[in-house]
Amino acid sequence: MSKLDFSRRTLLKSSAAGLTLLSGTGLSRLAHASDLTVGIVYVGPRDDFGWNQAHAVAAAALKEVPGVTVVEEENVPETIAVEKSMESMINLDGANMIFATSFGYYKPFVLDLAAKYPDVEFRHAAPLWTEGDPKNAGSYFGYLDQAHYIDGIAAGLSTTSNKLGFVAAKPIGTVLRNINSFLLGARKVNPDATVQVIFTGEWSMPVREAEAANALVDAGCDVLTCHVDGPKVVIETAESRGIKCCGHNASQAPLAPNGFITGAEYKWETIYKMFAADLAAGEPLPNFTGGGFDVDFVQNTPYGAGATEQAIAVADAAREEVKGGAPIFVGPIKKQDGSVLLAEGESFDNYEPALDQTDYLIEGVSGSIT
Amino acid sequence: MTDTTETPALAMQTGLLAELQDRFRRSAEYVVIPILALIVSGVLFSIFLLALGKSPADFFALVWRGGFGTSFSWQNTLVRSAPLIFTALCVAIPARLGLVIIGGEGALVLGGFAAAAIAVPMIDWAPVFVLLPVMVVAAIAAGGIWIGAVGALRHYRGVNETIASLLMFYIAVSVLNFFVEGLLRDPSDPNKPSTRPIGSENMIGVIPGTDVHWGLIVGVLLCVLLYLVMNRTTFGFAAQIAGGNLRAAQAQGLPVGKLMVVACAIAGACAGLAGFFEVAAIHGKANASLIAGYGFTGILVSFLARHNPLVIVPVAIFLGGIAASGGLVQRRMDLPDATVLVLQGLLFIVILVSETFYGRLSFFKPKGDR
Repeated sequence: MSKLDFSRRTLLKSSAAGLTLLSGTGLSRLAHASDLTVGIVYVGPRDDFGWNQAHAVAAAALKEVPGVTVVEEENVPETIAVEKSMESMINLDGANMIFATSFGYYKPFVLDLAAKYPDVEFRHAAPLWTEGDPKNAGSYFGYLDQAHYIDGIAAGLSTTSNKLGFVAAKPIGTVLRNINSFLLGARKVNPDATVQVIFTGEWSMPVREAEAANALVDAGCDVLTCHVDGPKVVIETAESRGIKCCGHNASQAPLAPNGFITGAEYKWETIYKMFAADLAAGEPLPNFTGGGFDVDFVQNTPYGAGATEQAIAVADAAREEVKGGAPIFVGPIKKQDGSVLLAEGESFDNYEPALDQTDYLIEGVSGSIT
Repeated sequence: MTDTTETPALAMQTGLLAELQDRFRRSAEYVVIPILALIVSGVLFSIFLLALGKSPADFFALVWRGGFGTSFSWQNTLVRSAPLIFTALCVAIPARLGLVIIGGEGALVLGGFAAAAIAVPMIDWAPVFVLLPVMVVAAIAAGGIWIGAVGALRHYRGVNETIASLLMFYIAVSVLNFFVEGLLRDPSDPNKPSTRPIGSENMIGVIPGTDVHWGLIVGVLLCVLLYLVMNRTTFGFAAQIAGGNLRAAQAQGLPVGKLMVVACAIAGACAGLAGFFEVAAIHGKANASLIAGYGFTGILVSFLARHNPLVIVPVAIFLGGIAASGGLVQRRMDLPDATVLVLQGLLFIVILVSETFYGRLSFFKPKGDR
């Protein structure tokens, strides 16, 4: 991977191959991980029902691996504090692998420390690593839009008003892609479904999230989902208004015993265990790793009371198809402004690089980016 | 004088001795009471830990190790102390006039923002020895005007300085967000809105042999300077008179309004300087990471130091050490990160209560006054 224009798909394939290899020999290799200490830093509380919890769940799973010690620190701000926390893990706890899980940790803090501690492996949970960054640093990421697509299918079969609501944080690429995939899932099984989006403008702004959720319910939506750091408020609002909901990031099933359908979750556990095994075996870690259902990096929350028998059957079947490589973005698809994204017969591969640059919403989604 | 058979010389000697003893007793008060307060807080916090089923001995051993036990721990502590020294000065100087300023965080944020903003058009052509001084001036001016305005509002319009400075913090954050997410946003960083980086060649380095940036040294020197200003100049004397009795000071013809505005401006300049070091030594740009709570911890530091600039330095290091060890405590004892906040809160309350004992314990009083 010394070429500058390396293909992400090649990397994905190689990491997928590594995973297959791992599943056969994983246990015996992990048995040697006697001196592996992994440090994990979170930007918020570990029980936020969202982004941080998704990582904490994986950390708990990593602790079960024999020979691996996990040290964790929560509520670490994106300042010099995170640099010192990571350094403290290295110097005082003997950590030889660090997972930095918040976007703002990477530059300059992870980059500085990677240069300072060449024997420690640093991995950061956002696709930011580029050629030229230290070799002992890297990025890992899950393509959550695949799980949102399955959510959309289950939601499309659970709605009676055909109006789905989406509370979104900021109109950036990954968020827009999740919204589009959610609509495509719903449209696949319910051509009349529409998605209405409200952006709150912040990653975590519970008051606005509640307002947005209520506004969407008032507008007639009978299924809500979201892409914010902590979906707790949106899910609780949906439940209290007596409608159904789909989760995001981690499991919110306990928050909505009546209306929860399913949710789009990261499965960081797969990546963490893979890295730990590679390190224990003395193999170089990939600098860039990402994937979806095919490599078990994302998953759907177990179905709740809101999911119908039909929704469960169709969603499960669709997940197997996506896992096998069936594309989500299948033409004809138009953007909101009417221009053609994909013509009849065309499709995007699920790891099409152009999708990373998503700066549009597609037809069927109402709500403005600006 | 009572009857005595001693020679005059001997009488003088014993008189001198008694005077020395009295002096010692009075100054001992300033050492013994804070130490007693620390012990009481330690005991109260130990009870809290025991209630949680954790060992206080482990806790204090970890605080020692994480904050002061190794050379790395010391650097970690000092890095965290540096901004606290500046923000504590922002509270201590107006406190001499009896003003309680709690919005130093706003001056820090604006100071950092002003430093980064003024650098943007200069990065490409200005050499580092021009750029940094300009940034310093911008930061001092922004912070000085911000808190200076609080002093002016207090004197000329009768607005409560505590509330005004707190509310102005929120305005400062909005100003930062407005520019950083709009006009001054660096287009190359789409996911975390920031100003354009000043570049690593323009950043302030670290004290040789350590990880600690020069802000710490500047902070210590500033404390010494401001101690001299507040205790050895007519300005400081006038400020103290005004702080003791405002009406009396006015009746004496002291320019109370001017004193207030100047003291507040000095205070704001200190906090602004903290913002400058955050930008020039740590982040390299201004973004939401500037809002890290240093301004609020500075209030605690200043109160613990009884608003004495010289005492601020050890207190800031003490609290920096507690913060630095917070991560280790989290990791080793499986305690939530709020634990050290509980300790800080207990310290604050006990120290405030201990203030009421000054001058009331007969042990410390001169013999004749008992």
